[in-house]
Amino acid sequence: AMEDVCAKFVSQKISKTRWRPLPAAALQPPDLFATGSWDNEDNRISIWSVGDLGNGGLNGEYQGEPQLLCDIGHNGDVMDMQFLDQERIVVASSTGTVTVFRHHQNNQTLSASLRWEKAHYHVDQDMSCGGAACTGVICNNPEVVTVGEDGRINLFRADQKDAVRTIDNADSSTLHAVTFLRTTEILTVNSIGQLKIWDLRQQRNEPSQIFSLAGDRVPLHCVDRHPNQQHIVATGGQDGVLSIWDIRQGTMPVSLLNAHEAEMWEVHFHPSNPDHLFTCSEDGSLWHWDTSTDISDKPSFLHQGGRNTTYFSHSTINQSVVSAWLSNDPTKDRMEITNLIPNQTLSVNSLDILGPCLVYGTDAEAIHVNRQLFA
Amino acid sequence: AAVPSQVVPGADPSARQLCFAWGPAEVLVCETLFGRRGGSPSRGEGGPGRALLPGALMGCVAGTGEGGPSSSRLFVVRKDQDIYIQTLRKLFNESHGIFIGLQRSEEELAGKSRKAQLVQVSKNYRSVIRACMEDMHQAAISARDPALHGQYSTQVSILSAMELIWNLCEILFVEAAAAGPLLLRLLDWVRLHVCDVDNMVREVLSSENPSKHELFWNVVDVFVLQGRMDEARHLLSKEASANPASVNMYRILDDLMKKMPVPSLGNTQTLTEMELKWQHWHEECQRYLQDGTFASNSHMESICKILLGDEDAILEKKELMTTWYHFLVTRLLYSHPTVKPMELRMDLFLGGESSPEPLDMILMAAFEFEMHQVIKECSIALSNWWFVAHLTDLLDHCKLLQSHNLYFGSNMREFLLLEYASGLFSHHSLWQLGVDYFDHCPEYGRVYLELHIERIPLNTEQKALKVLRICEQRQMHEQVRSICKIMAMKALRNNRLGSALSWSIRAKDAAFATLISDRFLKDYCERGCFSDLDLIDNLGPSMLLSDRLTFLGKYREFHRLYGEKRFAEAAKLLLMLMTAHIAPCSFWMTLLTDALPLLEQKEVIFSAEQTYELMRCLEDLTAGKPEKQKFQDDDVETMKVEMLRLALARNLARVIVKEGTLEGS
Repeated sequence: AMEDVCAKFVSQKISKTRWRPLPAAALQPPDLFATGSWDNEDNRISIWSVGDLGNGGLNGEYQGEPQLLCDIGHNGDVMDMQFLDQERIVVASSTGTVTVFRHHQNNQTLSASLRWEKAHYHVDQDMSCGGAACTGVICNNPEVVTVGEDGRINLFRADQKDAVRTIDNADSSTLHAVTFLRTTEILTVNSIGQLKIWDLRQQRNEPSQIFSLAGDRVPLHCVDRHPNQQHIVATGGQDGVLSIWDIRQGTMPVSLLNAHEAEMWEVHFHPSNPDHLFTCSEDGSLWHWDTSTDISDKPSFLHQGGRNTTYFSHSTINQSVVSAWLSNDPTKDRMEITNLIPNQTLSVNSLDILGPCLVYGTDAEAIHVNRQLFA
Repeated sequence: AAVPSQVVPGADPSARQLCFAWGPAEVLVCETLFGRRGGSPSRGEGGPGRALLPGALMGCVAGTGEGGPSSSRLFVVRKDQDIYIQTLRKLFNESHGIFIGLQRSEEELAGKSRKAQLVQVSKNYRSVIRACMEDMHQAAISARDPALHGQYSTQVSILSAMELIWNLCEILFVEAAAAGPLLLRLLDWVRLHVCDVDNMVREVLSSENPSKHELFWNVVDVFVLQGRMDEARHLLSKEASANPASVNMYRILDDLMKKMPVPSLGNTQTLTEMELKWQHWHEECQRYLQDGTFASNSHMESICKILLGDEDAILEKKELMTTWYHFLVTRLLYSHPTVKPMELRMDLFLGGESSPEPLDMILMAAFEFEMHQVIKECSIALSNWWFVAHLTDLLDHCKLLQSHNLYFGSNMREFLLLEYASGLFSHHSLWQLGVDYFDHCPEYGRVYLELHIERIPLNTEQKALKVLRICEQRQMHEQVRSICKIMAMKALRNNRLGSALSWSIRAKDAAFATLISDRFLKDYCERGCFSDLDLIDNLGPSMLLSDRLTFLGKYREFHRLYGEKRFAEAAKLLLMLMTAHIAPCSFWMTLLTDALPLLEQKEVIFSAEQTYELMRCLEDLTAGKPEKQKFQDDDVETMKVEMLRLALARNLARVIVKEGTLEGS
């Protein structure tokens, strides 16, 4: 249903888009999202509304267009961004600083409420210290974990000025992304094709497990964990390949799925409907991966949007798992893949999905919102 | 600041001379005394920078360094000023998508469908201009600062002029409307762009009793002049009902206006049919005018004269038309509605009287079908390359620009696209758009891209990856190597050996991989342990990139085997590193020292043959050194050699016993 996608040109290249999380037990779809920009002389964090606020109902078709609620300058490229709660956003900067911004909803303003200066840094040969890009951030209120080009892992608490824990030189290559596996464990991916599990309870500065791509060590850029089955992990690589890992066994991915022609920048399981997965890439495409069990029984929207629909048989090594992502039952083992962007040009840097709503941002300086993904 | 400058000698015959330096934001031009002896600097009067530059370059003074005695002025010269206007970024981005779509579009589509496709592309470009104009207009309204407001308003009028020109070019060149439809299109064009009277129309129509409004007849005239007959008749009917006395007169005029033949857009009537009908209608109007039907009402009489195409009557309404091209179209509507494209130029000379503005020149050139002149005038008048680049590209796709060879560069389309894309590349953020434009310049695009892409500042690895992807997709090996090298150097400076190595592996830069491997080995020798084990243990096939890297990987493997107490395998590998000449000679002593604990193990590890080989390695190493150096070496070294010799001899003794025993049993 591409007709439901609404685009807005915002005069800045968008590096991150994130829906504001919904309060527990909320039934309505999300109505607010945040964006961050990169490569500008003055980069910004912006809050947008896609609700029916302030539209006066005069212009019917205008309703879907995102409206800017407020924005604030940000020092450096926005490298990553996560909502900590309904009001606070944690932003990773290319300068190495990590900032917590607060969105004041009563007067629609943004302010920086806490800043960890140079959370990531290099010490060069002259022993002078310069910021290193913070490439990833993940929140589990009140905990915040950041990773960076310096190979460092920081654990912060949103109410403390100093880091709770820092693992210097955790990785000798660049850490590209981080996510929580369980409350005390995190997953990181790096630029030599490794997926690592770190147990933050252990004082050892070593990963508890290392998984690795075979052959060429293609850098991994993004990682997400299945929301219900925590042993299933998806990562995206520089070659655009989607890897599915079963972290209970083996050290290599369970399956490798070809999709994008360039770097996969983000991968997200649908938080409440994890048979669906979304990926976006430098090649300007955004793919919807659907493993809902039966081909004859798939949701109707796939028929409408299926311009580039292909069926895919994936090569699984593992046979003992029931999940659709890991199974290799030949009758069921089909995956439907749909490209949601027909005329792709520049990179889709970020996407976020919540309920029936998809938001993504591009290097063509546009944000796109689809509020009826499952209509 | 230290300016790595190019001096332009003799650029200024007085004391100063010019220098320039390239930067991401175009050219920095300043006055310098560099390389001159004596000659005291005199304070500058006016900037000599401008005169030096080709006409199309826009100069802007960035700062005046009056402080230093040697320089009086600094100029930052930009190629394309409009690139830096924030609101126009929407124009650049959206039109980029349309441009790409046009390049990808099916050339095979023939005739009508191809033309329809091109007209649609043209309309898409225009709608982007209009959307941008709308934004700029909103920005102007909400701007509190009067200077800012002025800036926005100027931009609105520039965008409006761009759309006006584009629309005319669309009618005349892209669509190439034929006689009949041509006039209808021109009328639409006038209605769309002559907005000065819209307020008046709105005011009258919304008044309580429009026919009593003092501007009532003006509005009727506006409608007639723009050929909006239905609206004019609607207004007139109100006036008629208020004047029962002259109801007949109104009825006749209404009838004439209703019957006016209009050229059809489809194929429903031929041109001859239309001309016949027109002749007939024209004669009818003439009759009513001559028999004085409208004599009692000057307003209606003048309308009748307009319907007859009376030039003086039309000219009387000059203020209602505001522009000469409105006049031109109105006059054609009532005197020559089936005008052919080529007849337009004949009608032009009746137009302007005062000296024409650039916009007039451009429109006149268009009416005269002087496409190259239009493009040339636009290049001079507008402060951006966006307009001419995209318009020329579209006209080129319409096959309208015969390979008009320039005495420089390739052809005009490519020349203008190159200029525009170079401007994009001077922008800190829009450079990404420029890549696709260069891709569609067959002659010089590649060279331009190569030169520009190397100037993109790489402040994060992610940005470097994006630039790298652009280069890799286009097999720009030289640039790939250079970007990876820059990133590897940066990582090395930051003591990130692991990152440095992965960058050089990506570039397949063997020399650099060797350099980094040496750093790893040096660190090992100093600290006695390896850093970045996670990387070295996972080199995989990339280990083969350089000999030194292979050695590093294998040497680390030796340590792992040793750590896992797999001594036989470790010993074999260690020996192989030397005998197969994988290890650099400088490292042999370290390797032999590593063999010591293996020689000292309780059980015998090295076979007799292996022990002989180790001995030969040691002798090769010591024999290779000149006598003088030997003595200079410190005692530790000599002691090491002695210890090794002893250990080897003891091992040989043990192994002969052991092997002998084995043989004997």
